Amino acid sequence: MTETRLRSRKSPYPLWFFLPAAAVYGVLFVVPTVSSLWFSLTRWDLSSAEFIGLENFRQFFSEPFLVKGLVNTLIYALTTSGLKTICGLLLAVLLTGNIFARGFLRTLVFFPVLVSTIGIGIAFTVMMHPTKGIINAMLETLGIPGPGWLTNPALALFSVALVDLWKGVGLATLIFIAGLAAISPDYYEAARIDGATRFQQFWRITLPLVRPATITVITLSLIGGLRSFDLIWAMTRGGPGFSSDVIASVIYKQYQAGFYGLSTAGNVILFALIAIIILPLTVWLNRREVEQ
Amino acid sequence: MRQMRPYTSGAIALALATVIFVLPFVFIALQAVKSKSEASRLDFTLPEQWLFWDNLAAVFQARDYQLVLAYFNSTLITVVSVTILILFSAMVGYVMQRRRTRWNAVASGALFMGLMMPPAVVPTIGLLQEIGLFKTITGMILIQVAYNLSFSTLLYRSFISTIPRDLDEAALIDGAKPWQIFFRVILPLLKPVTVTNIVVQSIAIFNDFTNPLYYLPGKENVTVQLTLYNFQSMYTSQYNLLFMNILLVTVPPLIVFIFFNRQIVAGMTAGAVKG
Repeated sequence: MTETRLRSRKSPYPLWFFLPAAAVYGVLFVVPTVSSLWFSLTRWDLSSAEFIGLENFRQFFSEPFLVKGLVNTLIYALTTSGLKTICGLLLAVLLTGNIFARGFLRTLVFFPVLVSTIGIGIAFTVMMHPTKGIINAMLETLGIPGPGWLTNPALALFSVALVDLWKGVGLATLIFIAGLAAISPDYYEAARIDGATRFQQFWRITLPLVRPATITVITLSLIGGLRSFDLIWAMTRGGPGFSSDVIASVIYKQYQAGFYGLSTAGNVILFALIAIIILPLTVWLNRREVEQ
Repeated sequence: MRQMRPYTSGAIALALATVIFVLPFVFIALQAVKSKSEASRLDFTLPEQWLFWDNLAAVFQARDYQLVLAYFNSTLITVVSVTILILFSAMVGYVMQRRRTRWNAVASGALFMGLMMPPAVVPTIGLLQEIGLFKTITGMILIQVAYNLSFSTLLYRSFISTIPRDLDEAALIDGAKPWQIFFRVILPLLKPVTVTNIVVQSIAIFNDFTNPLYYLPGKENVTVQLTLYNFQSMYTSQYNLLFMNILLVTVPPLIVFIFFNRQIVAGMTAGAVKG
């Protein structure tokens, strides 16, 4: 009844409420996104754009260091996402259990999420210094020779990924804690009566029931990982060489060098990568959820 | 034995967490109060001389008090963009949740895109130049509004569903105009989620580095994160000042966190899809 009365009169929910947000979002986000599809096909100096077809994309995929950026992006996103999901879940199980100083520990794990990424990046760059850094100094006292975390090309990307884990695991943990809190204790009680071990309880009850949180964490950290720029830029600038370059840092470098068309092509490739990975993943994960 | 367990596992967890999560911050704080030569050794020792105030003053005075300007710029950008963000996203969230129109599908699609897609930076720079907002604080503010709208709107939309429609009805019967229903009845009721939004978005915008790097170059426009980034190359021989600078950007979120712990946790878990 309410519905019909509201509809027969002029709606009290004015559509113009969409306008201010739509104007800002449309002009500053949608227009550049759509026009990037065009500019990626041009040689562009910001004032005039000359159409060159798929030349930028051909160049992108024929330059080994640019392709390296693409591969690194995938490695980085999968590594950080996988680690955050696993460590986040384990930490959440630990921090919802009956342990000493639980509140304090939660705070401790979560705090780095709020701190400046650049600040963290610089601090860890110093701590990961191959000879003077405290991380290697600590390893040395344990008798382990510390690696050149950021100077070894085979290691640099993973070192940054570890710092990303350190900084971001708190958010994953928080989401898992919220997910775990939603599981009814009755399940665990029934399982205990049936004599299930703690591991069985985790595998058969916790893991399936915490699924929505898992989906959120995986999607979230994948998107974050694919887009990540600031930590990598603060720590390695994509180096040594191009060993830790990702698409986002390639976009920045090409922009700095004045190759605006190529930079924009990098952006379009990043759009495509995110869409190709995230859209099917979302559909697939949500369908499995419905089936259960 | 059973009663001991929470304590032993807790103690082990506490020790590990301290090493992993506390030591880096202690390290930052220690370097920040050392002398130049002591800090350059980068080791984990107590300073022989505690130079907290000296280093603090030196960092603030560097490059003609650039850090003071940076704090001013960052604060201005954060306050204004969060204010606009709150207003615009609450309006969108309200109508999206309340009124069923075909625009909802468009708005939902836009929300999803905004959460997922990275911005196309160079075309945005071109566009900002075109409309005269490149390298301006105004342009930076509008960019922050555009990029963070999705997240705020999502928080508002889910919260507004908990406010009964009867209230809108009652206000309507009392003769309120549509905009009055929103601004005088609904918006005040949204206070809890508004606080969440303010806290979470302020931290995100204050800590943002990438967007000022692209859209706000120039000495007079410097933000706190850019200062830190510039100091990184400038202070390679003065680690004490570099770390004092890092300490200075770490303290504000710590204070915010102490006071708004609950709101941050709520905000982060509610929508939590940010790059």
